[in-house]
Amino acid sequence: MIRFLFKGLLRDKQRSLLPVIVVAAGVSLTVLMVCYISGVLGDFADFSAKFSTGHVKIMTKAYAENINQVPTDLALTDVSVLLDEVRKEYPDMDWVLRTQFGGLLDVPDENGETRSQGPVMGISIDMLTPESKEPERLTLDRILVQGEIPDSPGEILISDDLANNLEVKPGDPVTLMGATMYGSMAFYNFIVSGTVRFGTVVMDKGAMIADISDIQAALDMYDASSEILGYLPDGYWDAGQAEIIKSGFNSKFSDPDDEFSPVMSMLTEQSDLAGYLEMVDAMSFIMVFVFVLAMSIVLWNTGLIGGLRRYGEVGIRLAIGEEKGHIYRSMILESILIGIVGSAFGTIIGLLFSYWIQEVGIDISGMTQGATMMMPASFHAKIVPQAYYIGFIPGLIASSVGTMLSGIGIYKRQTAVLFKELET
Amino acid sequence: MSIMKKQLILLSGGLLLTGGLLLSGAGALYGQYPSGDEVMDRMDRNMSSENRVMTSKMIIHGSRTSRTIESKTWAVGDQKSYSEYLSPPREAGTKMLKLEDALWIYSPSTDRTIQISGHMLRQSVMGSDLSYEDMMDDATYQDNYNAAVIGEESLRDSECWIVELNAKTSDVTYQIRKVWVDREKYIPIREELYAKSGKLLKKTELYDFKRNGNRWFPGRMVFKDMLKKGDGTEFIIESIEFDADIPDHIFTKASLR
Repeated sequence: MIRFLFKGLLRDKQRSLLPVIVVAAGVSLTVLMVCYISGVLGDFADFSAKFSTGHVKIMTKAYAENINQVPTDLALTDVSVLLDEVRKEYPDMDWVLRTQFGGLLDVPDENGETRSQGPVMGISIDMLTPESKEPERLTLDRILVQGEIPDSPGEILISDDLANNLEVKPGDPVTLMGATMYGSMAFYNFIVSGTVRFGTVVMDKGAMIADISDIQAALDMYDASSEILGYLPDGYWDAGQAEIIKSGFNSKFSDPDDEFSPVMSMLTEQSDLAGYLEMVDAMSFIMVFVFVLAMSIVLWNTGLIGGLRRYGEVGIRLAIGEEKGHIYRSMILESILIGIVGSAFGTIIGLLFSYWIQEVGIDISGMTQGATMMMPASFHAKIVPQAYYIGFIPGLIASSVGTMLSGIGIYKRQTAVLFKELET
Repeated sequence: MSIMKKQLILLSGGLLLTGGLLLSGAGALYGQYPSGDEVMDRMDRNMSSENRVMTSKMIIHGSRTSRTIESKTWAVGDQKSYSEYLSPPREAGTKMLKLEDALWIYSPSTDRTIQISGHMLRQSVMGSDLSYEDMMDDATYQDNYNAAVIGEESLRDSECWIVELNAKTSDVTYQIRKVWVDREKYIPIREELYAKSGKLLKKTELYDFKRNGNRWFPGRMVFKDMLKKGDGTEFIIESIEFDADIPDHIFTKASLR
């Protein structure tokens, strides 16, 4: 029976080609939408983890409460001891010191006086230890525009736009003016070793990357660091694993009565990211739901049109004595076949497009000019397990239901008037 | 001139100058409040001087530790001042020069003279409860505010007028200031600075007034940035000399190095 119907579909292009194309198009769009939204969420989380939040972050309780101000005066002290302890406790994770800071980057003229200057936000990472994964994590070699990645103390990278604004090139001296962790004025001379393009408007406007030991010296942070970031063993965000680590750490190391005791937060709990990710997640669910619903209506309509188009054919089949139930079942079976074939094609096409966007990405930097929030310059799709079956919901079910509804008309037709109908 | 401004000038080397305001009216009549301008002008006259040389101590009570910074300041009017930080060792040798609306800092550790501008002006001075922007504000109160006496109150054994200063334009950082002025000595006892929303941003208390020549002057001030943690910043004047002989070369960039 199925083979017979399948042959019929193949031989009658009108019955198969258009419905399959419509189903495949709808399914591919659904699959693409699911993959793209998953990718966008992943890009946000990954970008945030690498640049600022880690998968988990250890801070003092007071720092965590004022994290938007990056208050170095509330930094962790005796970090070498704490770092040793967390490395012993969670040996599979990568633990790194990070200090974010703000200040003024001043470029001297030949007399040592201000030639140009600009506000700067900074990240300090371990750039100089040979086994450090930090340069790779921040993809420094990929974002480097001019010069070289620092290989000696006192060298920094600054954003290329800032370098252009300050008229600085690799090799030029600059002075960072900021505040020490005790509130005093801090001045520190650096050499610009290279310029980078972060791909985020906020950071490209004025950011610098320095080695953590230089910043500890510059900001009087001996054996201190604002943050300790932890990265999960395989480098991918896993909320369940992070939650276990966080609970274990906080119960062991954190004292709720001491505002300077260490406290651990997960990626999704930090700053505005948690709310933003939840919002994007909710929005993506609504978007996918609405899209699947819309596609279902379109494909249902396709089923309906298919049923109506074959009004004459059904009449002849009834006239030559075929049972109404048999016609109805065969039409549903046909639509299921079309749904399966269309959904399979659509899923393949959707996955291929998703793979392409996963590898190439979509550059959104033009749309984020002037954005105040740190976000990636391009978004990628991500092929998730859900993508392999989500398209079958509108593709298979909706078109079959459409056929089922349109097929009800078969039972309303009377054999006595069939020939009269067929004459017209 | 507002109290906060006066205190800031103290920090940057100034004392209290008004820009030549004249007494605008007769004294207070019994049972009536004097005009705001009159109270402010008399207060300014009491605390103003042509120039001064001062050594002071700033105790910054942070959330973690307290630090004491000593400095010596030379100032002429409210437009020129030069400060040198004497201790602790990390700050010693740092020099600051203010000429009208420009501010330079010399850092001996980097051998650099840096002009402070832009967003850095909003940063705290040495981690204190004062910003560079506060220090740089040398407009007279009449430039930016309308003054009115809104009441009287007894404060630390002093009978005070409460003068409210309301900003004339919306671009003024502190839209409302309230100053408690001693009715007899015309010295400021307290000042509160408010945002447009009415939120209290900064508060200053002045203590230990001493007579110096024909003027009364505070020996200790406590500044509190209400948005910051910690117990505020104490400013203690250890010695002050008015109308001193200050050579002009002090107020040049060359003197920073």
